[in-house]
Amino acid sequence: MIWFVARKLGGMLATVAVASVVIFGALYLAPGDPASILAGGHEVTPATMAAIRAQYHLDDPFWVQYGHWLGGLLTGDPGTSMVLKEPVTTLISSRIGTTALLVAYASVVILVIGVVSGVLAGAAGKVVDGALTVVTTILMAAPAFVAAILLIWIFATKLSWFPVFGSGEGFGDRIHHLTLPALALSGGYLAYVSRITRTEVRAELAADHVAAARARGLPRLAVLRRHVLRNAAPPILAVSGVTVAGLFAGTAVAEQAFGVSGLGSLLVQSAARQDLVVVQVLSLLLVAAFLVVNMLVDVLNAVLDPRLLTERTA
Amino acid sequence: MTMLEFDHLRVEINGRPILRDVTLSVAAGEAVGLVGESGSGKSMTVKSVLRLLPPGARATGTVRFGDTDVHTLDGAGLRRMRSQDVAMVFQDPRATVNPVRTIGDFLTEVLRDQGVSRSDARTRAAGLLADVGVDHVARRLRQRPHELSGGLLQRVVIAAALATSPKLILADEPTTALDVTTQEEVVAILNERRREHGSALLFISHDLELAAAVCDRIAVMYAGEIVEILPADRLHEDARHPYTQALLRSRPGTVAPGERLATVPGSPQSAFDAPAGCVFADRCPQAAGLCRDVRPALLPIDSGLAACHLLPRETPSVA
Repeated sequence: MIWFVARKLGGMLATVAVASVVIFGALYLAPGDPASILAGGHEVTPATMAAIRAQYHLDDPFWVQYGHWLGGLLTGDPGTSMVLKEPVTTLISSRIGTTALLVAYASVVILVIGVVSGVLAGAAGKVVDGALTVVTTILMAAPAFVAAILLIWIFATKLSWFPVFGSGEGFGDRIHHLTLPALALSGGYLAYVSRITRTEVRAELAADHVAAARARGLPRLAVLRRHVLRNAAPPILAVSGVTVAGLFAGTAVAEQAFGVSGLGSLLVQSAARQDLVVVQVLSLLLVAAFLVVNMLVDVLNAVLDPRLLTERTA
Repeated sequence: MTMLEFDHLRVEINGRPILRDVTLSVAAGEAVGLVGESGSGKSMTVKSVLRLLPPGARATGTVRFGDTDVHTLDGAGLRRMRSQDVAMVFQDPRATVNPVRTIGDFLTEVLRDQGVSRSDARTRAAGLLADVGVDHVARRLRQRPHELSGGLLQRVVIAAALATSPKLILADEPTTALDVTTQEEVVAILNERRREHGSALLFISHDLELAAAVCDRIAVMYAGEIVEILPADRLHEDARHPYTQALLRSRPGTVAPGERLATVPGSPQSAFDAPAGCVFADRCPQAAGLCRDVRPALLPIDSGLAACHLLPRETPSVA
């Protein structure tokens, strides 16, 4: 088990390292001169320009620049926003709470509703299954921004149940503000998790060991819990993990649509104003969050199904 | 005393017959072997005892366990029968035991469900494992199926079947998935332990010799019907039905090495398109006109019962 975790951890670090090179490289190659953005779009003297280039190491070779950047990241100083002139750490720390709460909220919605509806669709008969299939198909087909517009129209404009804008103050108010964004964000993912759960539950219900458990006279619910859900859990968990990890990137749309001040909207806005320093750090942060969630799921899966520990040793 | 009785059991799935006419009884403590080709309906017969038939299946006739008609049991009664009175040993232990839970969980599950305390169930499970010849019992209880060999795992399944000292054990080809060297051992253990517990046994096999070695009586099935029933020790001498005789001739060991093995001509008949008369008529080397049109009844001959028109009857009564 320790080896398994260590191997996963090593793989994760390697992936982050590669991702950092790719992210830095992609933005290095991106069109536009960072120095002129740093100058704020004003006409400046060549001397000032040269000073800016020197300050930001813009004339150094790629690997030297990357080294500076990485060094800054590792020492906890990823730099200062090129446009807002604020430290990136300040920008992130003031927003990360909101985004984390939004992701957590959406995850709970996705996991609870997705898994419960999937189990119902898989185990409760044709009528329930048919109805849920219709719902999940619609949810899957609707992109987050369409869902956002619909939700705003129904719950904010017509019913006035939820605010349409802002992040809120205090936990209760924030939850209130984040409900619509969380719903908009979770729709498609929820349908996906529901479908996977349904398929897995179906497959397990047809398994021989489930028939054997029934033949042993175990109560229906015990069979469902101990033999169907317990065995269907690892694949459901794996898919849910990828889904939740993907939410970090998905926040960009939901936060933007609902005017929530979080990392997602910061990423979108920073990209729009070519604030490379912020974009780089945020991209890497998203990759890292994705990988951490995935690793947690892998480890949890290995606990649920110890066969995974031995299978990948080769 | 009759423990289990099939009386003209017929099972159809969406209108297609799977079992045509099964009449058979198993006495308390008796072992009956059910043999026949694949698709002859052996498994379906056994599954009908626990009402484990596939969706869309409709059963007519009766299956009686003790004094109760299995088809009339309500949910609770059916569960009680499944968990206490009748145990089933399936063909492939790998598929039968939940792969992600421990052997201990598997063995104690039913006991726990019946209200036995965790530690008592644990102790009993350890005892049961030791009884079927499993070593390192404490460690085995913590292991999962993939850590055990097939033979060992089938012993675990047998131990689980014996856990509640059932009155009847249904064994559906319990050794087919095992390698040849462990087959005999596993069957011997199953038979020995069930004798100790006084359980009756309905043993499915397509291995005539194995069935004869384990059981008191042999019932031969073909195309969803029982065509012959006879005492196991008289199998070779008293087999009278042409199908049983053909089966006996097609075993390895009946011919000298190097010679071709005899086979039953034709291909296995399904219960669905079996002829109106005798189900074996299309493949029977001796079939006469009567065989194709009139269904033979299962009637006493020598030490057993056989359904065949060609056998001499003391009182020729053809339905």
